[in-house]
Amino acid sequence: MAPHSSPSPAANGTAGCAITSWASALPERVVTNTDIMTLFDTSDQWIVERTGIRRRRAADGPFVYPRPPASPPDGLGTTALLATQAGQAALEKAGLAGNDIDLLVLCTTSADQLVPATSSPVAHALSIRGGAMDINAACAGFTYGLVTAASFVAAGAERVLLIGAETLSRITNWHDRSNAFLFGDGAGAVVVEAVPGEASLLGWDIGVDGSLVALCYADHGGPGMAMRGQEVFRRAVRITVESALRSLERAKVAAADISLFVPHQANSRIMDAIAERLGIPKERIASVIEDTGNTSSASIPIALTAAADTGRLSAGDLVLFAGFGAGMTWASAVWRWTGARATSSPPATLPAN
Amino acid sequence: MGPEESFEQFKECAVEVLQVDPAKVVPEARFAEDLDADSLDLVELVMALEERFGIDVPESELEGVETVEQAFKVVSSKL
Repeated sequence: MAPHSSPSPAANGTAGCAITSWASALPERVVTNTDIMTLFDTSDQWIVERTGIRRRRAADGPFVYPRPPASPPDGLGTTALLATQAGQAALEKAGLAGNDIDLLVLCTTSADQLVPATSSPVAHALSIRGGAMDINAACAGFTYGLVTAASFVAAGAERVLLIGAETLSRITNWHDRSNAFLFGDGAGAVVVEAVPGEASLLGWDIGVDGSLVALCYADHGGPGMAMRGQEVFRRAVRITVESALRSLERAKVAAADISLFVPHQANSRIMDAIAERLGIPKERIASVIEDTGNTSSASIPIALTAAADTGRLSAGDLVLFAGFGAGMTWASAVWRWTGARATSSPPATLPAN
Repeated sequence: MGPEESFEQFKECAVEVLQVDPAKVVPEARFAEDLDADSLDLVELVMALEERFGIDVPESELEGVETVEQAFKVVSSKL
């Protein structure tokens, strides 16, 4: 494989970056609340009332037969496969190939292996010849990744493929009746690329409070996710609102200017509580949680894809992304939507195969 | 702020967050049985009370709180 030439800011000559393509991928197995009821004493109504979740998808865990191999020789575990599927779809939609991508950023908190990064086999599967790295900022991961992608574009990268992908079913404690019903698997991908004109990333804020590790964690070889739900709920609402307000202020826009709010999909009640405090009407929330559960790093790109594919976004719209997660981490960003790239004019680097 | 006034403010928060008839928010009302409030409703109520009164209520102090009177006691002790 020929080495990929490093991008140079001077040769780039562009000031802005845009999300020009988007796609998502979900595993086949649908796990309903009725399925969850076979594991422990709970009810569909109880889960729906507290979380808004009716079903989720699973690539692993007690509802998937046969269980996927623990150690696939090519490194393509379930997280990598979902990431590849979403990434491939986003590339195809944009008329791009892997070698048009300077950097793959894979946001995940459920990497397939301890070593190497899951982005490595994904880069190979997508024939990406640029760099690749994982970002683990838990459920704030995708928004961390978006700021990272925009920064790489500002530093001269032409295109970044940004993916959020998770197999939370592998790290769920399926005996914990307080949170096992929350999590789901899936992936979402966007292409962030350099465009002439103004920047799309208008304001952002990221942060972490490492004194709150005990609120949500999973250990190597342990029973799975442990979470203090009510404490997380309270902190999540406050932290996310504060972060979003900082991003709005830095972007010099008001909450009323936001056309679409894409929060991390943790719990519909958290999403509603955040929107209410920000003064964003409920109708402007992008929500897929009913069908996906909490897919951590994947939740924002999955919700964004659903919203964009159903015509909820027009060029010029302002989008607010906001996530919070284990750590506790948080991140928010105000982004100007530009719409899909014109696939009629493929990039000069597209191979003539 | 006197206890009556504090309770009125407490009541306003409860009515707004739990969306219940103000007449139902009496000291002996039980959150789960009488006000149809689940654990997350209580978290939201406490958040609203913290904001209204400018106080901080740690999670540990809410353990065993089942009635309006008990919750109001926790809040009053911070005022």
